Amino acid sequence: MNLLRAENISLSFGGLTAVNDFNFYINEGQVVSIIGPNGAGKTTLFNILTGIYKVNQGKIYMNEEPIDGLHARKIVSKGIARTFQNIRLFSDMRVIENVLVGAHINTDYSFFDGLFRTKRFYEVENKKKQEGAKLLESLGLEGRLSDYADNLSYGEQRKLEIARAMATGAKLLLLDEPAAGMNHQESEDLRVFISNLKNLGYTILLIEHDMRVVMNVSDYIYVMDYGKKIAEGRPHEIQSNEAVAMAYLGDSEVHL
Amino acid sequence: MSEKFTVDKIVIASIILLLLGLPLLGFSQYVMRIVILMGIYTILALGLNILVGYTGLVSLGHAGFFAIGAYGTAYFMIQHSVGFIVALTIGTLLSGFMGFVLGLPTIRLSGTYLSIVTLGFAMIVQVVIMNWDSVTNGTLGMSQIPKPNILGYDLNLANHGIYYLMLFLLGLVTLGCYTIIHSKIGRTLRAIKSDELATTMMGIHIDRYKILAFVLSASITGLAGGFYATLSSYIDHNSFGFDLSILILCMVILGGMGTIRGMYLGAALLIIFPEIARPLMSWRFVVYGFVLIIMMHFRPQGVLGWRSRRKYPIPGEVKKSYRMVEVEE
Repeated sequence: MNLLRAENISLSFGGLTAVNDFNFYINEGQVVSIIGPNGAGKTTLFNILTGIYKVNQGKIYMNEEPIDGLHARKIVSKGIARTFQNIRLFSDMRVIENVLVGAHINTDYSFFDGLFRTKRFYEVENKKKQEGAKLLESLGLEGRLSDYADNLSYGEQRKLEIARAMATGAKLLLLDEPAAGMNHQESEDLRVFISNLKNLGYTILLIEHDMRVVMNVSDYIYVMDYGKKIAEGRPHEIQSNEAVAMAYLGDSEVHL
Repeated sequence: MSEKFTVDKIVIASIILLLLGLPLLGFSQYVMRIVILMGIYTILALGLNILVGYTGLVSLGHAGFFAIGAYGTAYFMIQHSVGFIVALTIGTLLSGFMGFVLGLPTIRLSGTYLSIVTLGFAMIVQVVIMNWDSVTNGTLGMSQIPKPNILGYDLNLANHGIYYLMLFLLGLVTLGCYTIIHSKIGRTLRAIKSDELATTMMGIHIDRYKILAFVLSASITGLAGGFYATLSSYIDHNSFGFDLSILILCMVILGGMGTIRGMYLGAALLIIFPEIARPLMSWRFVVYGFVLIIMMHFRPQGVLGWRSRRKYPIPGEVKKSYRMVEVEE
């Protein structure tokens, strides 16, 4: 059974077709990557999957349940969480607080529990804080728990954004260019990190330009260009695919 | 860490003691009235802080909520001879309801657009006050608003009852703000200020929280208004002009947005300053403006607007042993 499946989805902005009749699926526990040149529509696809944009056509299913047309916040409760191409942490809040905001939808007490400090407030709040601390420790961020998010290094901020997404309880994580701006060592760490996420039972949809990461970590790859799928397959198949090389490097012949 | 913690506790305890014992120091009624005004403005700053400091929504219309609380309380005390506590509750709820009414259509607005709408709201409130003669007595204002009477005791300046009532309300609002801010509600409001889209992507219904912030902020402001009405025993539309909204905003920014301690300092400074600077005559407003400019240049986060450097408390300080378990998996 597919965890996430998109059938013939299309989206245009005025005359520009950003995503054109795109089909793909992800099975549970897989790492699937979407690659393509800049402007190919990858981030638009993420925005569609997470409910920021609504498709003009097509259907999207999560666990066989249609999710297209749902509000972004509802999609999170269906188990999809994401990170952003340009990091969007709550920079004026502490690391643990970022995670706790991520856990908000599973933090089950009311306004009045908070106002009057009921027993329930303490129980739930303490549990969530402990879980958040555990999560941070499992990602190697335990030493930064009390720090403010904007004091973290770039790589740590990327990790925190992923931690925050995990805290929502989502099992499918959409990572938008996590290796952007990372050096060789950092992107190698990221590759290991993503493999670990997979071992923890997470399913991952990845947008990435760093081919070292993509080719080493992906179970399956979709290649996009001009909003269309131009190739799909396992990493070694994509590496030898001519259409892909053409999209990235241009045609070998000169057309006049 | 624990050292700083005890220093904080000592500071807070001595401030509370000082406030409780203040009437014993034998200040004149004039001074006590100013102290009570400080308390009212601290409550106002705490109310506006929920919107501006935590949620990042700048309102220029809080004089409107202040007026609704004041007129609501005064109206029910005078026209319906309702007791102070009930009237104050009605005034507070009325103001909170107007916060909801204003918050609902403005959730899509932010930044300057929201500020303009709230500014318009306060103007509308003022015009309604001037023209709704049967309720507000028009431009003549409402006079002879009774002093609070609780359980048969008249609370006034002479017996310090009204001072302690102010302390009680201030303590109540401070505690309420503290518990709300240090819960998932407060975290969400701060997250909204930081990044609305990212907050939505955490599955959070941000519109609901923005309206909640409006309602809370308006209720607290209305509470201060109701108390102010009984303190001054006379209110008219001039008490609730644009300059009041700006004054509260200045207190929030000067003290330190998004902090509770800052509201106390901001209100104290901006109420005391015009009083102690009387010898400067009309120059005091020049100095006043100059001080604000200097402050904003050198300390834009406000006088007390620092980030806590204290360790974030994790209950039970998660035992290290669980780490072993996870490695074994």
